[in-house]
Amino acid sequence: MDRYLVQRAGFALLGLMALMVVLPILLVIGTIVVQGGGAISWEFLSAMPRDGMKAGGIFPAIVGTLLLTLGTALVAIPIGVGGAVYLAEYARDTWLTRAIRLAIINLAGIPSVVYGLFGLGLFVLFLQFGTSILAGALTLAIMTLPIIISAAEEALRGVPTEFRTVSISLGGTRWQGIRRVVLPQALPGIITGVILGLLRAAGETAPILFTVAAFFLPRLPQSPFDQTMALPYHLYVISTQVPGMPLQIQFGTALVLLILVLSLNVLATSIRSYFRRRRQW
Amino acid sequence: MTQTQSGPKIRIEKVSYAYEGKPALRDVTIDVPAHAISVFFGPAGGGKTTLLRLINRLNDVVEGTHMSGRVLLDGQDIYAPGMDVIQLRRRVGMVFALPLPLPGTIRENVLYGPELAGVRDRTRLEELLSRSLTQAALWDEVKDRLDNPASALSGGQQQRLCIARSLALEPEVLLLDEPTSGLDPISTGKVEESLYELKQNYTIVIVPHSTQQAARVADYAAFFLMGELIEHQPGTEIFTTPRQQRTEDYVTGRFG
Repeated sequence: MDRYLVQRAGFALLGLMALMVVLPILLVIGTIVVQGGGAISWEFLSAMPRDGMKAGGIFPAIVGTLLLTLGTALVAIPIGVGGAVYLAEYARDTWLTRAIRLAIINLAGIPSVVYGLFGLGLFVLFLQFGTSILAGALTLAIMTLPIIISAAEEALRGVPTEFRTVSISLGGTRWQGIRRVVLPQALPGIITGVILGLLRAAGETAPILFTVAAFFLPRLPQSPFDQTMALPYHLYVISTQVPGMPLQIQFGTALVLLILVLSLNVLATSIRSYFRRRRQW
Repeated sequence: MTQTQSGPKIRIEKVSYAYEGKPALRDVTIDVPAHAISVFFGPAGGGKTTLLRLINRLNDVVEGTHMSGRVLLDGQDIYAPGMDVIQLRRRVGMVFALPLPLPGTIRENVLYGPELAGVRDRTRLEELLSRSLTQAALWDEVKDRLDNPASALSGGQQQRLCIARSLALEPEVLLLDEPTSGLDPISTGKVEESLYELKQNYTIVIVPHSTQQAARVADYAAFFLMGELIEHQPGTEIFTTPRQQRTEDYVTGRFG
């Protein structure tokens, strides 16, 4: 057979497969926009829910998700990046570091509902934080940590060793080299990992189910020890727990969650490409 | 720090060094005189670079090594307990084979060391900047674009920037590990010329990238072969009338 024909057929097949990856995403976004777009209004975004959540807005759920994501970031970023710096820059290959790495891999494999139960046991009950933003954010942070640590460690290892040697040869301590040369170089990769982790946290339902999420709470949280509504759980509630819920509100809620997550994603990508443009070697 | 005028700037005393059980240097003893260019040359794997890195303790960060013997700087053992390694590296600068500008501008690169050393005075920093770039024969080419990214410089300029970066710490000793290996002949010439200037004020040790370069720049030359010091002579003698057969074989190109 004509080998060029084979090649062209091969390319066509591979292109088709690549297209198959895009298709579901377009379908998901398309369906949600078409079905839920009509629900989006200023009231929907800024008002409290009314009439058994069948009317009014989803403002408390939006705020709740933003607060939870912020709380997760506050806990997970310093611990995750700090841990990654230790593992990539300081840790020698001992049984302890091997155990830490094993723990990280295993953490990443735990189903999210197990994190939820764990958070319920440790934060809500044992530490008596109650069903609260604090407990939810801590639970989400633990779930997010392995993603951040793995990505940050990989980004740090991607910075050539020579940079560290040069810094040391110019009278720098190891830490000075890491802070002034290595970390800025690794920043785009670290930010990517952080955002991926936070996006996952923002969209999760199971971990917040037992730790923070309120079924119906038409007011904003006042302290970290308050419960709050959150978008993913709210979506779950109105899709399964409330009979006669207008379809448009369900899809509208999904659309808001999607926009929130996607805009975080876009923000992250632009931060990353900004730092990448500044990076030169 | 008192410097004895009579003694050598650096004394390597019975130094043996092994990496993961493989010997890299065997019982090397050599004196490096001040205000001269000393050359460590010989075929690859001879231990030249290893010895260079021992002089400012860059090998400290490498695991699985074993060293014996002493390295004296102005008569002081730099491997003695209590030695301030950071301070040592400010006194003994290092230029690597591949020019590697740090991320950032030309100015930031040159002033990296002084800023870590705590120099804050603006006029002092500006003075260090212009002087070290001038000493490295780069000032005229970059004085109008000090705040441009260092990575935009050509390879030859980058290497002179790396020399300037080391000089900005006002070291006493400058170690250069094949500093011109990636450079074209014109850039190489410029780097070598700046070395002639620098030896007035600095003690220079260079691992050259060729025997020709060794012969061009050496005031003193030491020939290394498989971790052993074979011969150490003034440059004018070792390349014309070597005493050891193995040195002669190498400099006349019979092996290596």
